[in-house]
Amino acid sequence: MPDSTVALHHEEQRPELLHHFAEPQQQRDASSLGMWVFLATEIMFFGGLFLAYLVYRLKYFGDFGAASKTLAVGLGATNTAVLICSSLTVVLAVWAAQTARRTLLIGSLVLTIVLGLVFLGIKGIEYKDKFDEHHVPGASFSFEKVPVPGHPNQYADPHHAQLFFSLYFVMTGLHALHMIIGLGIFLWLLTMAWKGRFTPDYNTPVEIGGLYWHFVDIIWIYLFPLLYLIDRHP
Amino acid sequence: MSGNSKSSPLPTYFAVFFALLAGTALTVYASTLDLGKFNAAVALTIASIKATLVALFFMHIKGASEKLTKLVVVAALFFLLLLLGLTMTDYATRMWS
Amino acid sequence: MSMPIAMPQPERENYLNTKYGVWSWLLTTDHKRIALLYLISITFFFFIGGFFALLIRLELLTPAGDLVQADTYNKLFSMHGIVMIFFFLVPSIPAVLGNFLVPMMIGAKDLAFPRINLLSWYLYIIGGAMMVHCMLTGGVDTGWTFYAPFSTNFSNTKVVEAGLAVFVAGFSSILTGLNFVVTIHRMRAPGMTWSRLPLFIWAHYATSIIQLLGTPVLAITLTLVVAERALHLGIFDPKLGGDPILFQHLFWFYSHPAVYIMILPAMGVVTEIIACFSRKRIFGYSFVAFSSIAIAVFGFLVWAHHMFVAGTSVYAALVFSLLSYAVAVPSAIKVFNWTATLYKGSIHYDAPMLYAFGFLGLFTIGGLTGLFLAALGIDVHVTDTYFVVAHFHYIMVGGAVMGYLGGMHFWWPKISGKLYPEGWARLAALIVFIGFNLTFFPQFLLGYMGMPRRYYDYSHMPEFQVLNVLSTAGATVLGVGYLLPMVYFLWSMRYGKPAPDNPWNAAGLEWKTASPPPTFNFEEEPVVTWEAYNYEELDAPHSEEVPVAR
Repeated sequence: MPDSTVALHHEEQRPELLHHFAEPQQQRDASSLGMWVFLATEIMFFGGLFLAYLVYRLKYFGDFGAASKTLAVGLGATNTAVLICSSLTVVLAVWAAQTARRTLLIGSLVLTIVLGLVFLGIKGIEYKDKFDEHHVPGASFSFEKVPVPGHPNQYADPHHAQLFFSLYFVMTGLHALHMIIGLGIFLWLLTMAWKGRFTPDYNTPVEIGGLYWHFVDIIWIYLFPLLYLIDRHP
Repeated sequence: MSGNSKSSPLPTYFAVFFALLAGTALTVYASTLDLGKFNAAVALTIASIKATLVALFFMHIKGASEKLTKLVVVAALFFLLLLLGLTMTDYATRMWS
Repeated sequence: MSMPIAMPQPERENYLNTKYGVWSWLLTTDHKRIALLYLISITFFFFIGGFFALLIRLELLTPAGDLVQADTYNKLFSMHGIVMIFFFLVPSIPAVLGNFLVPMMIGAKDLAFPRINLLSWYLYIIGGAMMVHCMLTGGVDTGWTFYAPFSTNFSNTKVVEAGLAVFVAGFSSILTGLNFVVTIHRMRAPGMTWSRLPLFIWAHYATSIIQLLGTPVLAITLTLVVAERALHLGIFDPKLGGDPILFQHLFWFYSHPAVYIMILPAMGVVTEIIACFSRKRIFGYSFVAFSSIAIAVFGFLVWAHHMFVAGTSVYAALVFSLLSYAVAVPSAIKVFNWTATLYKGSIHYDAPMLYAFGFLGLFTIGGLTGLFLAALGIDVHVTDTYFVVAHFHYIMVGGAVMGYLGGMHFWWPKISGKLYPEGWARLAALIVFIGFNLTFFPQFLLGYMGMPRRYYDYSHMPEFQVLNVLSTAGATVLGVGYLLPMVYFLWSMRYGKPAPDNPWNAAGLEWKTASPPPTFNFEEEPVVTWEAYNYEELDAPHSEEVPVAR
């Protein structure tokens, strides 16, 4: 356990400074680097899915286009806008913490959470639609007589469409899981903010929570065109 | 506004915000045009610009951050491209299925 | 070289005795205690993996498949591989020696994220418990490689549970790597510049890069297998137009760099040992440092050399074959540098050095046979034979495990505050070396002559029995060699002579503090003004020691 005099000194002066760091700046830099390194691992985690998508899209372009067209582009675009708004509220929250604006901080955090819930709600609607249309891979999957975009006499191969939907559900599902975790993180940040724990000197959790949220937004920025916009020619 | 002695980042944040929304509208519109092979390239380009804006301005890579952060991001992207690119040396050179 | 002096000292407060009780261990955030928690856990899994190896070798004593059924044998080699790789080798040196030593070697009080370090161990335990449960309720028979579509569509064993167990353990590995990278960047003591870092640190930094960038791809691959099996999604299913080879690309993208996760830390250990027991600076410090990074980077470029006969295009096979030759270069550079360090050094044959010598020879053989495998023509002949099995065991066991044992002996006095019995240790090292070669050299011959791997019955090739018997005999000897250190290490904790701060008169900050160290490692933050491996200074005849950072 820490040497008692050293601990007391730390606790009096800088209660957030953990005992193994020499200076608050070192702690901040370590936390920040830690989150960036973690995001790098997340890039590789999603990367495997992007590889599978790349391989199959190139091979089954027409069938993927047909499957993609059945996604609700309006809902997808709305969700994209929702996430972009939430990224703005996040960055405002960080600024508010840095400039001791408590109301703005709490308001931005609340708004971020609300927007995240809206995103998940819309996603839920989309998933339900897919379920109703029998586009969920598995025994009840059905994709009969759907024309390949640009080739009205050709029907899409249901097998390849099933591949598309498998990727669709895994990629958006994994993304949604990350959103849920993000919501958990922001609920925690909201609690801490409510208790007044964040000051211009100590707001690292907001900053690195924000980094995570922006990353999840960036993933969606790629998922949306790749999954929804393969071929939207009228 | 902030009344700080250094300039507020808020105008930048809002500019980026509107750029992101515009980019989204643009990419949806572009997907309705028949650009052949370039549809994918356009979509990915717009997405990458949006991602870069988020990374540079919302994630504060521009300005505040040190070289190490940029190195971490570049390294991750590099290895992702390796994964995609080297795997394609296989798929691009064989007929399958 | 100084004889270990048993300095009688009263029981000073150190990380072992500062607090007693199970919870002070299970809720510790002290990197040294976490290292010991890992030590106990990985030893447990080593026994399990070894048990499966024993059954495999017993079955192969006779050509007929007469000990176990074919399906059971499939489970044996699968679980041997999964347990040994994911639950022993990947954590071994980083989680035990790395956790213990990285903060000390750089002059820090702890890792950057002590609580994440503890979380790492708990994730490992959870993954391990899932794996044990999987083994007890039927096991998995897909091979540690989980190839689709067998794993996704046809196997009747607990693929999902095994996959999830490995996923959780992988997350543990990622967090360890994250902790090391941030620690090495942010927590170095004043004066500890990158070029003064021990090469053990460079090796662990390189290892961490691989853990961080590679393991997530394994994670997503296992997720896809689980999803395909449990939710009937079809990503690799040929019936849907999926490609099983895509699974292999994704799997090996991690699993090739994984072998560098397993060997780089051992190389780091060997570097420290060779410098100390030759009483010389490492020859070509920068080359060794950069080679570690090069191995990490190049290691990501070669994965499809595991797939030469799987059905990839010949063009891809050519590309990966060429790259596989390139990846051998930095490893070779290291071997040259170690050899040059030994040259005209003052060699001492203590147990750690015996393990280092063993490593040098066996890793070289293992590495060279890797080049055999990188050649497309030869690979077609020996792939999926015992040649491959021998190759990777030379690296993993002859290399990584020897490195691990050497490191455990070298740092045992620091970790436990006790000296192990040197005579027994040298004997054990010899037994391990003999047992190892007896076990695995015959397997090169068997493989070259055509004995396939993963076969429980070779009765159509009964002439292979002699070599198989030799191999099993060797495995028994090897087992004895492994048991001995466990016995005398435990013995030494109670009855061993107390260790001085620096029994080997070795360079490195960890030797400048007490054995065992205090909880916060150093009485005062060290300030480094000397280069790494300053053995000339340490051995120079003067009445006082080099100034000690206390």
